[in-house]
Amino acid sequence: MMWAIFSILVENKPGILFEVTHMFRSRNFNIDSIAVGVTENPGLSRMTITTYGDERQLSQIGKQLDKMIDTVEVRRLDEHKTVYRELAIFKIKISNAEESMEVNKLINAYGAKAHDTRKDSIMAELTSTPDQIRAFEELAGRFGILETARTGMAALQRSGA
Amino acid sequence: MTETSEPVTGARALMTALEGEGVREVFGLPGGANLPMYDEFTRCNIRHILVRHEQSAAHMADGYGRVSRRPGVCFATSGPGATNLLTGIATAQADSAPVVAVTGQVPVHFIGKDAFQESDIMGMANPVVKYAFQPRTPEEVPISVQKAFYIAATGRPGPVLVDIPKDVQSAHAKMRTVDSVSMRGYHPWTDPDIQNVERAIETLIRADKPIILAGGGTIISSAFAELQAVAEMLSIPVVTTFKGKGAFPENHPLSLGPIGMHGHAEANKIITEADCVLAVGTRFSDRSVGTFEDFESRRTIIHIDVDPAEIGKNQTTRVAVVGDVRASLRVMLRLLEARKVGPDEGGEWVRHAREMREYWQENLKIHPGELGAAKILRKLRQLLPPESVVTTEVGQHQMWASLFFDVISPGTFFSSTGLGTMGWGFPAAIGAKVARPGVPVVDIAGDGSFNMTENSLATSVLEDIPVIVFLVNNYSLGMVAQWQRTFYNRRMVGVDQGRCPDYVKLAESYGAQGIRAQSMDELDAAIRAGLKSDVATVIDIPIDPEEDVLPFVQPGTPLSKMILPS
Ligand SMILES: Cc1ncc(C[n+]2csc(CCOP(=O)(O)OP(=O)(O)O)c2C)c(N)n1
Ligand SMILES: [Mg+2]
Repeated sequence: MMWAIFSILVENKPGILFEVTHMFRSRNFNIDSIAVGVTENPGLSRMTITTYGDERQLSQIGKQLDKMIDTVEVRRLDEHKTVYRELAIFKIKISNAEESMEVNKLINAYGAKAHDTRKDSIMAELTSTPDQIRAFEELAGRFGILETARTGMAALQRSGA
Repeated sequence: MTETSEPVTGARALMTALEGEGVREVFGLPGGANLPMYDEFTRCNIRHILVRHEQSAAHMADGYGRVSRRPGVCFATSGPGATNLLTGIATAQADSAPVVAVTGQVPVHFIGKDAFQESDIMGMANPVVKYAFQPRTPEEVPISVQKAFYIAATGRPGPVLVDIPKDVQSAHAKMRTVDSVSMRGYHPWTDPDIQNVERAIETLIRADKPIILAGGGTIISSAFAELQAVAEMLSIPVVTTFKGKGAFPENHPLSLGPIGMHGHAEANKIITEADCVLAVGTRFSDRSVGTFEDFESRRTIIHIDVDPAEIGKNQTTRVAVVGDVRASLRVMLRLLEARKVGPDEGGEWVRHAREMREYWQENLKIHPGELGAAKILRKLRQLLPPESVVTTEVGQHQMWASLFFDVISPGTFFSSTGLGTMGWGFPAAIGAKVARPGVPVVDIAGDGSFNMTENSLATSVLEDIPVIVFLVNNYSLGMVAQWQRTFYNRRMVGVDQGRCPDYVKLAESYGAQGIRAQSMDELDAAIRAGLKSDVATVIDIPIDPEEDVLPFVQPGTPLSKMILPS
């Protein structure tokens, strides 16, 4: 099993998200995360889909995406030549002042931002790679995570790559 | 780009655009949401052919499309009219048939309000169409139609839906059409890469036991002459998939017929021995190859297909050529001619293939009864002119047709092979007859399948589109019965159709000709009467309900493990 990032330019039209995600469902492929937003050209949206599978499946995903008429460009990004980030927000439980300090330290260590600091909880906003977010989540998990929201990944290939 | 000086309604723009695409017939059934379109039939040169169920309209358009290789068109109203089309659309998608389906929709401001006869047909059809349009203004109608035809007919063909809200049909706008359609996300034309064709030739020439496997794509691209020239030049035996049946004349000395679950014994045997397959226009369906693993591990595969996504989907290939089958085979022929490869007599391998073919043609055990499947289908072949078009329904009769009805003139045999839709054959035959009125059209039918769309007899009779229904009647859902006999120890459930209806009376009640054939002589006379008739003819042929289709490769087993008649 491998991990892959697909960056897809699609026609910005109603139903496009359904079309693309339906292709994954009907062909038994997996979606790990998905992020969609309009591009500098308002007629086009960019979808960034992270997925996993063996080489045959990943190659099929690329071809099936390409085959869709509403996909204008399909690229499988090389993670070493790509800037990719995800945003996650965690509401972390705090039981005492000491924990509050430790959580704040953790937030600083990961370059996250603190929001909505209360006696019994704190919100941490982290923009990073999935690995880093997972690591942060694990450490924060010791205190207890009350709620999570994640955006899915946005990615762009580096120039010249 | 051209624009009319006066504004016209969306409905008028639709019909004018259809005329612009060369459409002369539409199969359909009206309702509230497509009345403005229907009103336009009074003002244009397109003939409306009324069906008795929208599923049949889609199958007729499909049959028309496969035979003429131009999109067949069907109309339905919103809600139930549109959902009734779905089985037909899915059938066309599974077999890459060019169809344009036009549905009425509730007015734009009612969409999403659960209005009367509103259904989200765009959402429902999405998984089973090549593409779908929903013009929201009358200006968008003509360009949607132009794009729909372009998409349906090019590359790997398929069905396209155009869903038009009723208010868009009635509203006025200047009609704008483009001179040539292009879409930035759709590039159906890929020229075959010459180097890959060279590699394909190298690989083929080096093989000891090469074989050609021709799929449905060969028929879709009409690559008959090219396929035959390549086979003869290199002296390579030819087998087909079931969908590719008749891509190559089945009376040709190099032909061994279809492979697969109910393939010819000689075809399954020869492909099992082959060390290299030139597969043209096929998607390697499980029904054709048995098991993916066994098929790809036994031999080198060269794959030519217009759809890049088919390369490597089900089979790992050594050499892949992405391109239209006909264009690719033409390049191959040119390169072969440059190499001065002459017509080859063929060596030991070809002799072996010929012996294999002769052996099984003489020695395959057939049902001994007076009206055994092999006998009745060979009789039909004997009496039908070679250029006749044949469709089938789905079941045992379909597989007997594959086994015992030889296609002589390429591209004259059509069946619902991908979705396996019972009820497809009869309306598809009507569509085929509209496309090719000058030749006899026969639906090789089973009773169960015929029941599903038999009301198309009304269309056939009233619209004067005479076809022959060759009803292989076991009063049973025979294929399911065979599986229950074979795999469920004869525990028969839900397969007996009773002696109902009387097909002669049924035909007559529609004003068609009904003939029961209970002997070979009667069958001979019935087929002749059908060929002469100017109304539809149903030939009811009562057969032994216990006759099995053999050979049979059980699902999930390799083609080498074939059950033969004992
Ligand atoms: C719409 C549909 N429903 C169910 C099936 C499953 N099925 C496959 S073959 C078959 C029996 C077909 O009966 P008939 O048309 O009489 O053909 P026979 O096998 O008897 O020749 C059935 C029910 C199907 N293919 N299509
Ligand atoms: Mg039957």
